[in-house]
Amino acid sequence: MRVNVTVNGEQRQADDVWEGESLLFMLRERLGLPGSKNACEQGECGSCTVYLDNVPVCACLVAAGQAQDRSVRTVEGLAEGDQLDPVQEAFVEAGAVQCGFCTPGLVVQAHDLLDRVPNPSDPEIREALAGNLCRCTGYEKILDAVRLAASRR
Amino acid sequence: MHAFDYAAASTVRGALDLAGPGSAFLAGGTTLVDLMKLDVLTPDRVIDVNALPLKGIRLHDGALRIGALERMSDVAAHPVVRSVHPVISKALLLSASGQVRNMASIGGNLMQRTRCDYFRDVTSACNKRRPGSGCPALTGVNRNHAVLGTSDSCVATHASDVAVAFVALDAQVVLRSKDGDRVAPLEEFYRLPGSTPDRENVLGPGELIAEVVVPVLPWARHSTYLKIRDRQSYEFALTSVAAAVDVKRGVVQDVRLAAGGVAAKPWRLRAVEEALKGGVAIERTFAEAAESAVDGARPLAHNAFKTALLKRTIVRALLDAAGAR
Repeated sequence: MRVNVTVNGEQRQADDVWEGESLLFMLRERLGLPGSKNACEQGECGSCTVYLDNVPVCACLVAAGQAQDRSVRTVEGLAEGDQLDPVQEAFVEAGAVQCGFCTPGLVVQAHDLLDRVPNPSDPEIREALAGNLCRCTGYEKILDAVRLAASRR
Repeated sequence: MHAFDYAAASTVRGALDLAGPGSAFLAGGTTLVDLMKLDVLTPDRVIDVNALPLKGIRLHDGALRIGALERMSDVAAHPVVRSVHPVISKALLLSASGQVRNMASIGGNLMQRTRCDYFRDVTSACNKRRPGSGCPALTGVNRNHAVLGTSDSCVATHASDVAVAFVALDAQVVLRSKDGDRVAPLEEFYRLPGSTPDRENVLGPGELIAEVVVPVLPWARHSTYLKIRDRQSYEFALTSVAAAVDVKRGVVQDVRLAAGGVAAKPWRLRAVEEALKGGVAIERTFAEAAESAVDGARPLAHNAFKTALLKRTIVRALLDAAGAR
């Protein structure tokens, strides 16, 4: 099938999409956007988190066809040109990146949290990021990054 | 993943026309797509129902009505839900993760499948997945399994949190087919496993859940959902209790209780409710009443702790709901 979808503000088209393909596969393998990561494929790790119509979802569990005529924003769509989003800057400054595999999903999920809750408490941060697993277990620095990003808003 | 046809429906009629043996409705996809990747579910046709007009949260005729396609996160945050039945909101917010709550629909939540590892592993026998093949959980790793409502064929738990709150509140589901609507109490919507654990509910092949209807119960504002689990977030319940209690002058006038994580379906605790009515709202009353919660329980090798844990969860939930501490 053909899927028409707005990605990071641009109208995109993917052809020969198989019905069983995930939105994640389509983004990475057909639309050249490998920022969203493919790990558990079960919605448990959050590495594939993208905005779908302005709401963060696990792209691995969205059938590609479900994105038809909808709007997707990936981690690649957070920066303005060369200017990183404040959440991305905070992750860099706080050293919240170890192997980096979970980072794109965490950045998108933290970005959404700070849009909804500008000054989150630690329990609110923890709960919002509960669906994002860091196998390096670098959670303390990640919490630091979210607090840092919140303090600059 | 097994090959399948994909079709998107824009009307209920259209979706039902497309439905047949071997088809599956796709809403949030958090259960269906997950289990399709594992080859646990292998539908020939997937019918995307997300465009169906089954949304909306409203108060009508003494009941809170929630469209089946409302997302868990939207229901949890809805001001009417939070003010009329806060226990629904609490149960939802203690479920899954933020991303999954953004995706999963209420109808799909009620239709979610068990988290039994043997069910989810196609190399294992499972009477629910492959009728007659056996139940390895009976003698295998069964710490997370049920102690109530089980059978010799299946000891899986029902995984939903919000269904526990709904059952406590006497919620009904509106089931829509080409013949029109029928209404079933959610408690009776689910079947016990018996010898046919593959048949989990009373939904017919050409039927879908259209709406959940929860009667308004003013005193049920005093309610809680207490979920006990191995980690603080993003984990299924070992035990959980939805409790609403009406206390006047220190005496229990009325009470609603249901449990999750311990039973083959969301488990209403009627005997405990009856034992509580007219009692003094103190911890000892709650603890005595909670004893009957585990009547008929059938603990397994690794989950016997759930009987004691359930009773304690009931007591703590009642103390919270009664504002006794």
